[in-house]
Amino acid sequence: MKQVTVAEKALSVIFAILLMAGCASTDTSEEDAAMAEKEAKEAMMAEEEARKAETMRKMKMLEDAVASAGNVVYFDFDKSTLNAATRRVLDAHIALLKSNSDTVRLEGHADERGTREYNMALGERRAKAVLDYMAVNGIGRGRVETVSYGEERPAVSGTGAAAWSKNRRVEIK
Amino acid sequence: MMRSRRLFLCLLLSTFTSLAQAQLTIEITRGRDNPTSIAVVPFAWSGWGAAPEDVAQIIGADLERSGQFSPVARSDMLSLPTRASDVFYRDWRATNVEYLLIGRVVGGSSVTLEYELFDVQRQQSVLQGSKAGTAQNLRMLAHRVSDAVYEKLTGVRGAYATRILYVAVTQRYDAPSTYQLTVADADGARAEVVYESNEPVLSPTWAPDGERIAYVSFETTRPAVFIHNLTTGIREQVTNFPGLNGAPAFSPDGNSLALTLSKDGSPDIYVIDLPSRAVRRITRHYAIDTEPTWMPDGRSIVFTSDRGGRPQIYRVDIASGKTERLTFDGPWNARASVAADGRTMVMVQQKDDRFHIAVQDLLRGNVEILTSTTLDESPSVAPNGSMLLYATKYGDRGILAAVSVDGGVQFRLPAREGDVREPSWSPYLGNP
Repeated sequence: MKQVTVAEKALSVIFAILLMAGCASTDTSEEDAAMAEKEAKEAMMAEEEARKAETMRKMKMLEDAVASAGNVVYFDFDKSTLNAATRRVLDAHIALLKSNSDTVRLEGHADERGTREYNMALGERRAKAVLDYMAVNGIGRGRVETVSYGEERPAVSGTGAAAWSKNRRVEIK
Repeated sequence: MMRSRRLFLCLLLSTFTSLAQAQLTIEITRGRDNPTSIAVVPFAWSGWGAAPEDVAQIIGADLERSGQFSPVARSDMLSLPTRASDVFYRDWRATNVEYLLIGRVVGGSSVTLEYELFDVQRQQSVLQGSKAGTAQNLRMLAHRVSDAVYEKLTGVRGAYATRILYVAVTQRYDAPSTYQLTVADADGARAEVVYESNEPVLSPTWAPDGERIAYVSFETTRPAVFIHNLTTGIREQVTNFPGLNGAPAFSPDGNSLALTLSKDGSPDIYVIDLPSRAVRRITRHYAIDTEPTWMPDGRSIVFTSDRGGRPQIYRVDIASGKTERLTFDGPWNARASVAADGRTMVMVQQKDDRFHIAVQDLLRGNVEILTSTTLDESPSVAPNGSMLLYATKYGDRGILAAVSVDGGVQFRLPAREGDVREPSWSPYLGNP
């Protein structure tokens, strides 16, 4: 076996010290970077969370607006005209639909006066009037299905102006 | 002949097992002045046990419903003959009876109804005959005797041995409503449910063969037109277009179906050739065109359109597409139906916020309102053109009612429970 010289020993010790020192200095800078990264991540997550909260808050607002506007719009006898109140209800739904990718079904109805198949056509005309308004305001027609029930499914039973006014409607589902 | 026999057997025996809840009863609300007095004497019964039906009662009620006859009460009959040799004219002259109908039911699994009609004033027999069929068909045989007597005394073919189709609805608050498509005899008896759904069923109509019917069902959550063969029980979905699929009407030859579709935008009238299923567009207008019905010659279609701003009745020539407006009386006219004479058109007319059944003479143009109720719809004329059935409200309930085409006679057919609507009167049916 070969004898290890003093010089060789000294060299290896110095090398070891240098190596240790080097290692020590590298460890310190890596810790700093990780810390910074973590902080940045946390900041981003907080930001994300805030954004999510904001989106949630906005969605909640839109949903509340839809909830208070209701899912039904009403019409005059033999008419499919959207009045200002109807448009306000629909605007709430349109705002919510723009924030999601839901599909919607519009069910048109008529009151019991007049003939059944004419009322079937009238219910469709009402549902299509709502569909057209939604489309003009940026909701894709592919997301909206219309169906007419005519006078077959009254919301309110009975005869008279009060019942009839509740039955001439489009339900947004 | 064969087809009709199969139809009746089927109506009686096979597919329709559920007994209808909405059994109809009849209440006559207006008759004519000076109806003809006729005594329908209880028929003799020679089968085992008690007679399955009171034939004389069925015939008397039929004739009374026309408004042209007043049946004599049994308690006012001085004798009860069942054979010509037992007839003593003085018994009937004494109580001012004008006509006398007697008969016998010769029973068994098949029955024969023998009848004879006498003119009391002239003291002679004016009609005799017999009707044979199965015992289950005894009511229909009785209606055929009514048809023979009615035709003999009025000169108009009777329409008693016919059937009616209607929708019976039970509204529920704790569960979905039930829609029952129901077939019954023209007097409301023997009601049987042919199709039942929790989704709307509407616009039932007969094919001219009296065997097939068409209607709209929402069973797929969308409207679709179905053809239903009452003999075989087979149902077939005929349309599945986007939008409206409604208001089916068989052509007079039974080979085509006119209907309303909105697949190309607004509701228009289309005709489906049933053998090939080819669809042909008949009207092309951005307004509502609906409720097609055929003229008896099959060459033109009468329909409702609001192209003038409000619903009115129009007629389109199928070959040329030439369209003309037919109604000018009243601001609102819809759902026309043309009688077999090609001249008498009935429709729903709105006047002063009330909806009535009105009749228009297509030749002379004059219009008469026939009904005095307020929410009348779905007029359907009997094959002999004498009466029409319609739907109305009585109290808070939907009922069927009938009125003679001259307005002289009215009767109601309320269901024992629930609402009944959209009556459709069958064509003449073959011999059972």
